[in-house]
Order: sequence, then C-alpha cells, then structure tokens
Amino acid sequence: MKVRLNQCSNWLLERFPISDLWNEHMAHYYAPKNFNVWYFFGSLALLVLVNQFITGILLTMNYKPDAKLAFDSVEYIMRDVNWGWLVRYMHSTGASAFFIVVYLHMFRGLIYGSFKQPRELIWIFGMLIFVCLMAEAFMGYLLPWGQMSYWGAQVIISLFSAIPVVGDDLSLWIRGDYVISDATLNRFFAFHVIAVPLVLLILVFLHIVALHEVGSNNPDGVEIKESKDPWGHPVDGIPFHPYYTVKDLVGVGVFMFFFAAVIFYMPELGGYFLEHANFIPADPLKTPEHIAPVWYFTPFYAILRAVPDKFAGVIAMGGAIVVLFMLPWLDRSKVKSIRYRGGIFKKAVLLFVIAFIGLGYLGTQPATPGATMFARVLTAVYFGFFLLMPLYTRWEKTKPVPKRLTEQRTLEDRIPDLMAVIDEVVTIEQTTSKENVTATKRRPNYAGIITVLIRTAKNLKKSLD
Amino acid sequence: MKKVLYTLLFLLPFSVLASSGVKLESADIDLTDNASLERGAHHYVTYCLGCHSAKHMRYKRIAMDLQLDEDEILKNVAPFGAGIYDPMHSAMNQHDAEKWYGTMPPDLSLIARSRGADWLYSYLKGFYSEKGKPTGVNNVVFKDVAMPNVFWQLQGTQEATTKTIDGQEVITELKLVEPGQLSPKEFDKTINDLVSFLVYVGEPVQLERQQMGKYVLFFILMFIVLAYLLKKEYWKDIH
Repeated sequence: MKVRLNQCSNWLLERFPISDLWNEHMAHYYAPKNFNVWYFFGSLALLVLVNQFITGILLTMNYKPDAKLAFDSVEYIMRDVNWGWLVRYMHSTGASAFFIVVYLHMFRGLIYGSFKQPRELIWIFGMLIFVCLMAEAFMGYLLPWGQMSYWGAQVIISLFSAIPVVGDDLSLWIRGDYVISDATLNRFFAFHVIAVPLVLLILVFLHIVALHEVGSNNPDGVEIKESKDPWGHPVDGIPFHPYYTVKDLVGVGVFMFFFAAVIFYMPELGGYFLEHANFIPADPLKTPEHIAPVWYFTPFYAILRAVPDKFAGVIAMGGAIVVLFMLPWLDRSKVKSIRYRGGIFKKAVLLFVIAFIGLGYLGTQPATPGATMFARVLTAVYFGFFLLMPLYTRWEKTKPVPKRLTEQRTLEDRIPDLMAVIDEVVTIEQTTSKENVTATKRRPNYAGIITVLIRTAKNLKKSLD
Repeated sequence: MKKVLYTLLFLLPFSVLASSGVKLESADIDLTDNASLERGAHHYVTYCLGCHSAKHMRYKRIAMDLQLDEDEILKNVAPFGAGIYDPMHSAMNQHDAEKWYGTMPPDLSLIARSRGADWLYSYLKGFYSEKGKPTGVNNVVFKDVAMPNVFWQLQGTQEATTKTIDGQEVITELKLVEPGQLSPKEFDKTINDLVSFLVYVGEPVQLERQQMGKYVLFFILMFIVLAYLLKKEYWKDIH
C-alpha cells in the first residue's frame, strides 16, 4: 500500500512541480522576522477574497438578476433559503471588511515604505487590485436592487456624462439604457460574478509573484537580503511556513471574532454596512432625499462634491486614485520606514489620515455649505500630501537606518505596562461596614487619569519628531 | 499654532453634523415576548393587511417562530381563506389603490428595517385631525401622508397645539380631545405590540441569529487561544 502511494506521488511530482512551488512560496520563502500587527492584513485580504468567492457562488444559486425579481430574490435568500441569511450577511459584511482590511494594508505600505524601490511594481499591482475592488463593490451594490443601489448607481454612472463630447454616449453605453434598468442590472451581474473576479484573481496572483521575487519589506525598512548566512539565507529572515502561517492563524482568529460579531449582532452596522434605504425596492420615480454611497466610497465622493464644477469634480475624484499610483515616484526619500524618517513626513501622514477620515465622514453627510467648505479644505490636504511630497521628502532630515533588524517590544511585552496604567487610574478603597464585612471598591483616580493623558499626549508629540 | 491647527482639522468635520426632524418616541421592543408578537400579528391582520401586504412573511413561519399551533394561527390571526403556506398577501389591488390614495400602499415586510421601530411607533401614534385633508388627518412624523388614521376608534381624536417660531407654525404637542375605546396606556401597548411584530417581520431570523452568536464567538475565542499557543510554541526559538 505504502509503495503504491509513493509511486503515485512520484508520478505526480515528476510531472508537476508541487514541491518546488511549495518551497519557493512557503517553506523556503524567507520573510523578515519582525513583522508586527500591520502585516496581518495581507493574508486577511486573501481570506476575505476567499470568503467573497464562496459566499458569492452560494448567493448566485438563488439570486435572480432581473429588475422585477432581484429585490424579492434577496429577501427569499434571507428568509426561505436554509442558512441564506448567514451567507448573505457574510457576503455583505465581507464587502466592507475587504475595504477595511485593504485600506489598512495600503496604509501599512505607506508608513513602512513598502512601495519604494525595488517594490514599485507590487504597489502598482496592488493599486490595480484596489481599483478592481472598487468596480466589483460598485457593481455588486446594484444587485440587491434597493433604492440606494438604484440611485447610487444612477449618480455614479451619470458622472461619465460630464466628460465633454463623448460623455452622454458613454454613459448610455455603460447603462445600456437611458436610465438604470434591467439591462444595466444584467450586465453588472455578469461583470460582478465573472469578469471582475477573474481579473482580481489574476492581479492577486501577480501581486504575490512580484512580492516573492523581491522579498517582503518590514517595519524597519531594512533589506534582509543584504546580510546572509553562509548557506545563503537571510540572517534576519525566517521561513514563511511554518512561522508566519501559524502567526497569521492568530490574526485570522482575531479577525473572525470581529467579523462574526458584526454578522451575528449588527449586520447593518448602524446603516453603514447595509444602508437603511436599501431595504426599500428600487423605484425609478422616487428619488431619495439623501443619496449616500456606502462608507468605503465616501472619501472619494466627498472629493467629487467638494469641487464646484461637475467635470472638474470627476477629474479630482479620479485624480485622488491616480496620485496613489504615482506614490513610488513622488516620495524622494531614501529611507523607507517611518521609524527613521523625519518629523515632516510623520506630520504629513497624520494630516493625511485626518483628511481621509474626515472626507469619509463628510461623504456620508448631506452637502451643506459648511460641510462643503470643510470638504474643500480636506481635499486640499489630501492632494497636498501627495503633490508636495517630492519637495518635503527630499529635504527632510532622516535618522540613521540600522544595518540589521531591531528588536521591538511586542504586544505581549506591553501587558505589564498596561497593568501599571490601570493601577494608576484606579484607586482601591477598603471600607468596613457595620457588620464587619470588608468591601473593596474601585474608583476612578482623576489625578491619575490626567497624568496618564498628559503623558500620552507628550509621547504622541515626541513620536511626531 | 500648529497644535491648534491640528485639533481644528480633526474636530471640525464632526461639528457640522446637521440635525433635523422631529423627536421620536422610543418603542419598547422585546422579540422574546411571543404573546406580544402574537397580539401584534393579530393587530396587523385586523388593521393593516386590508391595504398593506407583507409578502415576504408566511403564516407558517409565524406559527413556527412564535410556537403557535398551525390551526390556531389560521383561526385567530390569518384572514378567512388563507392557507398556512401563504404569504401575507393583501386584498388591495393596484388599480383601486391608485384611485383611492393616488398610490399603492407599500409592502411592509421590510418597513422596520428601512424606517426603524421608533419611527413606526411615533408615526402610528402621530395622527392628528386637520380640516381640509381628504382623510381628515395629518401626521407629525410623515407630513401630508395619504394614509388615514386606521386606529381612530381605538385612539380617539388628537389635535395639535402649534406655536409660531421664526414665522413658521411648529407643532409642540398632540392633545387627546376625544377619548377612544382604549385608554392612552392601552393604546400605546397596542401600537407597541404591532411595531414589535413589524420588527420581527423585518428579519424573522434575528432572534435566532443573536442567540447563535454567542456560541460562534465562544468557539472563535477558543480557536484564538489554541492558535496563539501554537504560534508561541513554534516561535520559541526565534530571537
């Protein structure tokens, strides 16, 4: 029996390089040993992609891409299909989770310089994945055929008509009709379940192949391939499998905890993951008073609305994504990691984060004159961060970069510190009552809280220098 | 100066929160109270189903979820002639509805998910008499709504007290001028039962989902512990 099995596996191995592939990408792929929490989001994005594929396939088994039936078929899945509600919530929550994970993954690349030479191509592939993901999410959002699906798509597609000369014909060509209709729903369904996922899969493959060619960056921004042991392995590298597979398993667990908490307790997440108005069937004759895209598009939607002219707004919105593609060439600093970069870059990143979150919030709100003014300021900050980058990164004073990876305190090491902080903000009072029962009471220690807050603020300020 | 700028940039986007609309009363929803949901189902069939379908809800499902006998629900809740597998269809047809109200009354299967329980509760209690309206009433939450006050017998007649603020008439409170068959307290309970039923109809699985959630989270927590211990074991020799 054993001989037979061996023969079988040999037959396969002589014809297909399974072991080579496994070794090259897992067992002998050396990754820096100092990955921190930020490095979980790559593998988590892959996990969410798999989740979207599986739940998506299950949904198509009962979904009907027909303007007359689509809304009801989704409710049919929610009520009459066994576990249909779970599959649907996993898919809808997965869409938002995908963007959370991907935004954090991109931010990791930004602060540790993972987009810099020699990893420019990885960043480009990653950005293409991001654009594909936006297309995928946009078209998928039309499928439930609710009011927001319909009017959101109406607003976004009508943007194409702002393009001079060809605009109107272009938007007509995209919709296949003069308004969003059954024709649009059918083609969006085709794109959402076949075309875009296919491109997404190819791009993810290219993203990983390109990464494994040059090797992973790390929080120190030091190339581990520059110091190797006599056998040619990086001294600071460890095989991806088993070390990072088991570590990512912990990340998967923590992610699933939050993911399940949303699915089982707040699948609408206060109207951010599933908008309330989308529980009303699409009605081409009734425009909702407030049309807001889903949260992951709102930063770009706010930029669009901030610009007074429609066509210029479309250009600005597109530009907000195009500048991200150019990031590897905008940043002129030799230093990769934010740990060894100058104060200007750190402050710029902070401003950028504020602008991005602020724009995201404003995009969900009605465009009052005051809100539009803030959106304009934040749009200027957003573009300023990228377009002024060639200037402020060239002359910033950086810190010396170490030759080898540094030891950093892990989350486990910080637990004693956390306990100390808790002791500092809480006072314990012993009271003895008349019946001689001693009770310990914990009360907030206001002086302690203030000192902790001041210390945190000081540390924060120091970390920006 | 810089610090001020940072704080301003951070705080300002959150200060432009626009506030508008009427203050809503809060409904007291308890989906574990089967008796309340059954009363709500009964009220729905009596007062709403004439015009509003709930086509995504089957009588069978109500019987299963509220632990009711199938015969019992057909006898006490469902309209005469409805079968146990039937969805809650309405007798209203589009043609008549448009002639009478100008529009087809919406299906209410998902109304609690699009409007929210508090809105429904305040809306159903918010009818007041206004002369000149075709139905004789208007609503504080949904101005100029085409729907008449179907609870007028139970509730009695409400009138609005108005005050002029900035040249606009604003309703300050609703006063019961003519008592109905129910006391205000009993009426509130009736409406609350009905809204509870609508919340249940919006997502029949929600109670089961939440009950299941704690086992799922516990299982994942155990997985995290195991995965963490495994990671620690593997990483022992990495320095």
